[in-house]
Amino acid sequence: MPVDKNAQSGISRSPLNFSWLVLMAWRDSRRSRSRLFLFISSIILGIAALVAIYSFEYNLRQDIDTQAKGLLGADMVIETNKPVKKDILPVLMTLGTERSEERTFASMVFFPKNQGTRLVNVRALKGGYPYYGSIETTPSSAGRSFRDAKEALVDKTLMLQFDSNVGDSVKVGELTFKIAGILNKAPGQTGFSASVAPVVYIPLRYLEQTGLSQKGSRINYNFYYRFDDNVNVDVLADKLEPRLEKAEMDAETVESRKEDTGRSFEDMTEFLALVGFVALLLGCIGVASAIHIYIKEKINTIAVLRCLGASSKQAFIIYLIQIVGIGMVGSLIGAVLGTLIQQFLPLVLKDFLPVEITVAISWAAIAQGLLLGLVISVLFALLPLVSVRNISPLNTLRLSFQETSLFKDPVKWLVYAIIVLFVFAFTYLQMGSIRKTIYFTGGVLFAFIVLSALAYAMMWLARKFFPSSWSYLWRQGFANLFRPNNQTLILVVSIGLGTAFICTLFFVQDILINRVTMSSSKNQPNMVLFDIQSEQRQAVSDLTKRMNLPIIQEVPIVNMRMTAIKGRDASSFKKDTTAWSAQRALEREYRVTYRDSLSDSEKIIDGKWSGNYSGSNAVSVSLEEGFAKRIDVKIGDKLTFNVQGAPLETVVGSIRKVDWNRIQTNFLLIFPKGVLEEAPQFHVLLTRVPSNEISANFQRVVVKNYPNISMIDLGLVLSVLDEILTKMGFVIRFMAAFSIITGLIVLIASVLISKYQRIRESVLLRTLGASRRQILVITALEYFFLGALAAGAGIILSLLASWGLAKFSFETNFSPEILPVLVLFTIISGLTVLIGLFNSRGILNKPPLEVLRSEV
Amino acid sequence: MDIILNIQNLTKTYQSGGNTLTVLNDISFELESGSTMSIVGPSGSGKTTLLGLCAGLDRSSSGMVELNHIKLNNLSEDQRAQVRNQHVGFIFQNFQLLPTLTAIENVMVPLELRGEKNIRSRAADLLDKVGLADRGHHYPSQLSGGEQQRVSLARAFSNSPKILFADEPTGNLDAETSEKVVKLIFDLNKEAGTTLVLVTHDLELAAKTQRILRVKGGSLISDELTTTETPDKINYAGR
Ligand SMILES: Nc1ncnc2c1ncn2[C@@H]1O[C@H](COP(=O)(O)OP(=O)(O)O)[C@@H](O)[C@H]1O
Ligand SMILES: [Mg+2]
Repeated sequence: MPVDKNAQSGISRSPLNFSWLVLMAWRDSRRSRSRLFLFISSIILGIAALVAIYSFEYNLRQDIDTQAKGLLGADMVIETNKPVKKDILPVLMTLGTERSEERTFASMVFFPKNQGTRLVNVRALKGGYPYYGSIETTPSSAGRSFRDAKEALVDKTLMLQFDSNVGDSVKVGELTFKIAGILNKAPGQTGFSASVAPVVYIPLRYLEQTGLSQKGSRINYNFYYRFDDNVNVDVLADKLEPRLEKAEMDAETVESRKEDTGRSFEDMTEFLALVGFVALLLGCIGVASAIHIYIKEKINTIAVLRCLGASSKQAFIIYLIQIVGIGMVGSLIGAVLGTLIQQFLPLVLKDFLPVEITVAISWAAIAQGLLLGLVISVLFALLPLVSVRNISPLNTLRLSFQETSLFKDPVKWLVYAIIVLFVFAFTYLQMGSIRKTIYFTGGVLFAFIVLSALAYAMMWLARKFFPSSWSYLWRQGFANLFRPNNQTLILVVSIGLGTAFICTLFFVQDILINRVTMSSSKNQPNMVLFDIQSEQRQAVSDLTKRMNLPIIQEVPIVNMRMTAIKGRDASSFKKDTTAWSAQRALEREYRVTYRDSLSDSEKIIDGKWSGNYSGSNAVSVSLEEGFAKRIDVKIGDKLTFNVQGAPLETVVGSIRKVDWNRIQTNFLLIFPKGVLEEAPQFHVLLTRVPSNEISANFQRVVVKNYPNISMIDLGLVLSVLDEILTKMGFVIRFMAAFSIITGLIVLIASVLISKYQRIRESVLLRTLGASRRQILVITALEYFFLGALAAGAGIILSLLASWGLAKFSFETNFSPEILPVLVLFTIISGLTVLIGLFNSRGILNKPPLEVLRSEV
Repeated sequence: MDIILNIQNLTKTYQSGGNTLTVLNDISFELESGSTMSIVGPSGSGKTTLLGLCAGLDRSSSGMVELNHIKLNNLSEDQRAQVRNQHVGFIFQNFQLLPTLTAIENVMVPLELRGEKNIRSRAADLLDKVGLADRGHHYPSQLSGGEQQRVSLARAFSNSPKILFADEPTGNLDAETSEKVVKLIFDLNKEAGTTLVLVTHDLELAAKTQRILRVKGGSLISDELTTTETPDKINYAGR
């Protein structure tokens, strides 16, 4: 008998036949397109959020580009917070085609009309600044004209607060100015900077007469320049740098401002993008679980195809094509939606932004969203999809599908690995920092693992301690939690994650508010007086006592710079790219105090406290714990300071732990008594005012007698902070809404899928004579158990997360409020039951046979 | 005569827990090309398992399966799929039509899998032969059981298989419809000259084939030839 050698050794392969696979994918989806769409709808919002944020980011970058000159108002700014050195003056005075000079500082102003005082940011200006953009005022001419008279521009929030009109007067220091106009917007100013530190412009030539230019007031000096078009300002800035550095000045150009502004908003868009990404991930879990069940329903079809000779690869590709198809549709809808949502982002975020935001369709953002949606939906769908390869044709003869366990199919591990890698890579692209990326990916992974573990534990417990004494309906509903085809895992993970997200937001807001309101509690200081000159100290203190106000704390403050750490100066650290914190530490200015004892918010954790300098060996200073860690010094290490010109050698004598939550002046660095007494210094005084009237009165008296002294009313700071928190909270809630709605969609999708799962059973029960009500109760109970488990798991997770945040990030106690948590729990479980019942009504209202027939 | 199916010492065991369950025990037979054979036996005796192994739907625990001179034991699942597509047709007890495909599309699938072109008319011809020419655009759910099985017959013959496996093809049909379907199976089979392996517990049906294998408890207990011309004898044997 002839043996077909060819057939024996290797079977001739027919081509993959891609166009047929596409056709087959299309045909196969006929009955399930609406369901497939439902599956993918859970990624729509995630994609929408990301596309919106990306579009916003691209537009913002563009706007910063086009408006950068207006942000700076000039081609170059040279700035310093030190009195300008004599030898640099000739340079400063000859640079550019046009130049302006500005001094800015914090000071109290006084509105005689209604006797109001408030701490403001005074800007004393000379010259034609701004050269680009304008100081926006009402009337608009005031922005230029005030410089020529004894006139001031006053921020619109101040005008409102003190009920002032153009033409009224305002007293700055010892001089009274006529209000020439309402300041609407200074170059580079955001809505927030205006409410934190409202601005008052005065002409520079009157600064001397206000008496505020004296030493000790912390004044910033800005020099604005306009250059001819042919000058390359950035090259010039680079050339100037060494000389400016020597004079302790910095140059900023349009280009560098652009970068700075862009960078600071990168953080914000980064954060928002991650929130959107979390929503997307949440949706992807929904996709994965939906496809899992979809594939289960397709086992028979796949087995038949295999029987007829389709290869495992062909079967796999048919379903992959379907996923790619719906992934594309979902992403497209998401991108369109995102482009629409983008229109609202500027409204939400405008107070944070220094530029006018234009809203334009960003094709780059849309492309990014489409790609991301496609890749991520395929990746997550791959998890259930890879088991298509293992579906045996034997299923046509006998249903024997066994879940290929993770351990048996290494490809599943591969898919998991790719997903984690993808999340990691995406996060890294957003954050650009390995450490943050690891935290984020780890956090997300941890949340998923914890929630899955909770789900498994609950299923196990439910089975183990099955309440066999309950009535039939309860048992049936309860048993659905762990019976085959249950939705416990997916619902606990998706609803749980959504709940955890909402709950954590709520807790964090609570923690922040708590932290802030602590200051309004009894015996905590609520008013700070600073810039008190040494010779005024006694008088101010007496005045305070005379007004029956307590002196809670009184500290001297000396400004200094650190010039060397352990003998190494800034230039030696500059070569060392790892010593970034040390570099920074050598650049900044320190406000230092000296005293002979610790305050009650401080504790020595290393070394020995020395409160008095004996005069022989090196001065022993005390460092705050975190600061010592940042600049990497230990007890006995040398630190060199420059105290306003005079060098000073010190050693680290002790390291302190500081409770920063207490409202009082806390310091990174404390010197012993006997060293800094003769150095130029000012004093800070903390007191507590019992009421707004007394506060206003006290401010008025102090400002009248000592116009150089600035006062901060913490009550006012609180209300500003509150305003900021509310606005930020709104932004965060706006973004969180994407996650929450995604969670709801996943919930609806999951419940709908489980409807297909439970349909046979319900119909069978109906056929066996169960009443509508009985089926309703069973369904309601099942979803109640599910919702309760999921919400419970989410709340537990969020308690963990918030506790961690409170303890390690905010360093405060965490005592969650019970009532809102209970409300959230009830809402989530109730919603789950409602959606479950709503979706099941189809089964209940139709005769069993019709349901069986229509079901494929 | 050419041997289309050669089974030698075929054994199938299932491992469940610590126990080994022997479902098929040392089965051997050869089947000539173009002949018809049925496998009979009580429920649970291993008929379906045997059929699945013969058709390359499953792997044996030991023994050899050679289909059209191709040793299935050594082939991968995908290679066996290829063999099925090229040489094997199937008819199932529960029809197993793809629910999302119309009747004619169902018939076309095996040909499409081969990458053949211009197949719609061939599929239409086959549908015509099973008497469903006007039902081609209907979905399985719109067809009765008998009609579905006829579509599945058309599909089974669409790739002109060398061998056709049928697992209780009338098991889900009433007597009258069964008769129609059986007649079609044998007519089409005769016309195409296909080898037929029929699993059934219906002895009357079995008697229509040339050869009957009896299986019981996983073992082959008899292997006899029938004369299709004398159904009375079979009836007698059945009683
Ligand atoms: N996957 C399996 N695991 C264990 N036993 C099985 C499995 N599949 C089939 N069996 C057993 O093999 C025996 C034969 O089954 P089957 O071939 O379907 O019988 P028949 O088709 O003759 O009714 C039955 O006892 C059945 O329980
Ligand atoms: Mg059987």
